[in-house]
Amino acid sequence: MSIEVKDLRYVYSPGLPGETVALDGVSFEVHDGETIGIIGHTGSGKSTLLQHLNGLLKPASGDVYVDGQCITDGSVKLVEIRRKVGLVFQYPEYQLFEETVAKDVAFGPRNTGLSEEKIETRVKASLALVGLNYDEIGDSSPFELSGGQKRRVAIAGVIAMEPSVLILDEPTAGLDPSAHREILSMIELIREKMGIIIIFVSHNMADVAALSDRIIVMDGGKIAMEGTPQEVFSHEKELSAMGLGVPPVREIMTKITAALPEIESNALTADEAATDIKKVINIPKRDN
Amino acid sequence: MQFIEVKDLTVEFTRIAEDGTEVKGKRAIDGISFSVEKGSFVSVIGMNGSGKSTLAKCLNGLLLPSSGDVIVDGMNTKDESKLWDIRSRVGMVFQNPDNQIVSSIVEDDVAFGPENLGVPPAEIRKRVDSALKQVGMYEHRLKGAHMLSGGQKQRIAIAGAVAMRPECIVFDEPTAMLDPRGRASVMDIIRELNSEGITTILITHFMSEAAQADRIIVMNAGHVLSDSTPRELFADMDMINRAGLELPPVVELREKLGLPDSIMTVDDMIAELRKLCR
Repeated sequence: MSIEVKDLRYVYSPGLPGETVALDGVSFEVHDGETIGIIGHTGSGKSTLLQHLNGLLKPASGDVYVDGQCITDGSVKLVEIRRKVGLVFQYPEYQLFEETVAKDVAFGPRNTGLSEEKIETRVKASLALVGLNYDEIGDSSPFELSGGQKRRVAIAGVIAMEPSVLILDEPTAGLDPSAHREILSMIELIREKMGIIIIFVSHNMADVAALSDRIIVMDGGKIAMEGTPQEVFSHEKELSAMGLGVPPVREIMTKITAALPEIESNALTADEAATDIKKVINIPKRDN
Repeated sequence: MQFIEVKDLTVEFTRIAEDGTEVKGKRAIDGISFSVEKGSFVSVIGMNGSGKSTLAKCLNGLLLPSSGDVIVDGMNTKDESKLWDIRSRVGMVFQNPDNQIVSSIVEDDVAFGPENLGVPPAEIRKRVDSALKQVGMYEHRLKGAHMLSGGQKQRIAIAGAVAMRPECIVFDEPTAMLDPRGRASVMDIIRELNSEGITTILITHFMSEAAQADRIIVMNAGHVLSDSTPRELFADMDMINRAGLELPPVVELREKLGLPDSIMTVDDMIAELRKLCR
């Protein structure tokens, strides 16, 4: 499985006074099993880009290839593409609608005409992947669940379609710290068990650093930077000029290494930072 | 002087069963008491469902106590004749900017509140201009509200609250839906309003934001689990784990390094590491 985006261009309200170029010559490739984080400030074109990847929007020019098939020239049925590429919108819990959790997750597979038996297997497997127990909550109303659980049920509904690519638009926005951690470990589990391409948009730089194999930075409808978390977050100044930041640990370490030049670090997580500091400074055991 | 006093506040939601009888539901808030000093900056944190937003809605009488009292500037929110007075003193800003904009043009939206108070037109003009300048949106005053980014819309919502000339503003997760730039600008405005004397109550999931307050109240399952300064709270690892909170990044690093509990800021940490270097 792969995704190839070639010279994509999209214009909102073409020919009208509010004409805005949302994507301007965007090209990139994503390969099997990769997890890609997309960052960029509001209006940089992130969400517009995501909506091209399963054919929700048609580009003004340029092409998108999913697994070698061009999805932008009209030759492929969009239904096929949407089955392959699962898109989870922002605040997906607002899209729950069924009476029970099991029915909500089963909605997609049922529409594809699967047997009831197969549907149940899929529903159970999808709920397990998002860290929920079918026997415990399958018969509950999705509206009785906590915010984090609701969101995971909504994501299970997309996973139940067994997509080859999973796209998530701000999967952790608006959650409390523990629900936030649950979503992060859920994404890691999906990656590990399904081995599919995951593309996600986030404003949380610590999440992006922790989850991504590669980061794409969008600015003004163009790709401004692309690389591993280490590469991208070494450009603190450029990112801040785009209204973006670096993971908080990197910010702290920038100050610490400036004050104490003997410490060398390009850490992105607290664990990495602690290791780098301990290399140079001997910290006595805390007496409790 | 205490501006808000919450005394033994309980809020219970009831639902109507199919046969029409009232069924007692969950206690969203279960007998809490605290007060907020005039001009102070208090953060309220806690997991989803811990009662934070219910509490916020009690502070200007959007919700009334099932039992107990909320006294705002000497007025009880249960006293219906005082409700307008209370609401003009305590402004609210909510999470989703899209749900708070009522007019199509930015300056009309900010004028909505004072207009409803019956403020004379010339005074409204003055208030709207100064509120928009305060949140840095004056040059956008004639724009359509739908043209703005999330952070800008949230600043308009704050300007709308400021134009009411409140003594206190309650912010209910105002930055949850914003990008990093939007978050930073909204936090700058909140701190500035507080420094101008507006009593500030900030509900948030971001520990780095909560840490900027004078005091942090931790809610859990309708109770106040802790009420202390940020320094005290983030030194109490036991409490943090119990409340399911996240550590601010500096505190997380401090814990990984095993440095003393007193370290709260990057500067504290640099000073400590410097000592250890010698």
